[in-house]
Amino acid sequence: MTSHHPAPETGAERSRVLGPEEIRRALTRIAHEILESDHGAEDLVLLGIPHRGVPLAGRLAELIARAEGRPEGSDLESLHGSLDITMHRDDLRHNPTRAPSPTRIPAAGIDGRTVVLVDDVLYSGRTVRAALDALSAIGRPAAVRLAVLVDRGHRELPIRADHVGKNLPTARSERVHVQLVETDGTDAVDIVRPGGRGPGEGRA
Amino acid sequence: MRHLISIADLSREEALEVLATAEHMAQTQSRAIRKLPTLVGTTVVNLFFEDSTRTRISFEAAAKRLSADVINFSAKGSSISKGESLKDTALTLQAMGADAVVVRSGSSGAAHLLAHAGWIDQPIVNAGDGAHEHPTQALLDAFTMRRHLRPGDPHTGLDGLHVVIVGDVLHSRVARSNVLLLTLLGARVTLVAPPALVPVGASAWPCEISYDLDAALATGPDAVMMLRVQHERMVGGGFFPTAGEYSRRYGLSAARAASLPEHAIVMHPGPMNRGFEIAGSVADSPRSVIVEQVASGVFVRMAVLYHLLATDAREATRDR
Repeated sequence: MTSHHPAPETGAERSRVLGPEEIRRALTRIAHEILESDHGAEDLVLLGIPHRGVPLAGRLAELIARAEGRPEGSDLESLHGSLDITMHRDDLRHNPTRAPSPTRIPAAGIDGRTVVLVDDVLYSGRTVRAALDALSAIGRPAAVRLAVLVDRGHRELPIRADHVGKNLPTARSERVHVQLVETDGTDAVDIVRPGGRGPGEGRA
Repeated sequence: MRHLISIADLSREEALEVLATAEHMAQTQSRAIRKLPTLVGTTVVNLFFEDSTRTRISFEAAAKRLSADVINFSAKGSSISKGESLKDTALTLQAMGADAVVVRSGSSGAAHLLAHAGWIDQPIVNAGDGAHEHPTQALLDAFTMRRHLRPGDPHTGLDGLHVVIVGDVLHSRVARSNVLLLTLLGARVTLVAPPALVPVGASAWPCEISYDLDAALATGPDAVMMLRVQHERMVGGGFFPTAGEYSRRYGLSAARAASLPEHAIVMHPGPMNRGFEIAGSVADSPRSVIVEQVASGVFVRMAVLYHLLATDAREATRDR
């Protein structure tokens, strides 16, 4: 997960990687991949990791329902939810306290079902490790998969994504800045390169 | 938030953040596995100079649910009873590697002294100091009130609510902390007590003071909080003529409870003197949330420990 704060623009250089159309296409492809690998949405639960994984999980649920031919506006509550990982992070001591976000698990639970964790950026892998821990306190899924909009590399743990919207080679000093309509009013993925002054803050 | 000594140190935003975190903690406590790994490797010391059952157990449960190690240190059977000073006790705890100290003392200001005397540089949580404050009790009361009277929104305050607090205000740290917190969150508070049990200077508090319980209940409050009459602190007596008269004039009888609005809740910080300040039938009635207050206490104390301990404040500022 990248830093979710707006980029410090002074001296930094920003370039657009994905626009609204590319994000839409990437999510549509991921939705189809998920359906193919799991032979239908019968036992599927999409859990978004706050903050930006949550709207992404919602969009994927919608795309999956559409691909399956479910009627427009049918109930998606059973298909997606959110999973807060704040209490399971291993870097709490080094960062300012953040208030936890809500966890919402579909009423049918996750036992025996296929859980797809959804996040915006895969970086060190520590967020996903925390999510796996959080999940094990809630139940025992049949399988857990990972879908991310952007994989920027630099893993610190043996974790990989099953579904990737865009592989994005980056330098550690760069920041990947994801914006979504639901949280930021617009859909965009930017790379922010630090300028001459000051180091970048591209941390996980 | 570095320590939690007094509600007066909190802003409205900080108080609401603790309550929102407590809601999150409550959610985690309904899961199959209730223990969270958040504070693994930290040690919380419960330093209790005064007898307490529910507060100590509540702090212990809260710390353990967050995977912290807990050391209970009570005055009885420790070197305190041999005359060790607060300072030497603090230095000992510091040397043993405590990461936070939860302190309960009969002396007003003990928690503040521990936090600011320079003996110990870990976070201090006030679990009740004399007749001064009991901030986590006020937070759990606000949390419980909000769940019943402002359900749904975990970010809302208590704006527009009217709370009546009745009884031994003079000896009550619960009353003082509640007046500060409830008004901070937008509620209106009326204290009701016999004149001898109203502390000097209470007229400067941000609340109304009444000596007439029936008049206060007639205004239709949203919550009534009964305080325990603290007989053990009434050495010499003379605070009210007889127990019977106190109970008649200031006790929450079944008839008085029946006069409350339909939605009003009845609270008591415990331990209760059943049949004295509150009738047994009222304490067991559906509008009583007294048992729920105990459950809320664990959630709120988990939230407080999380905010004080999850981040090493010194380390986090150094890194930035």
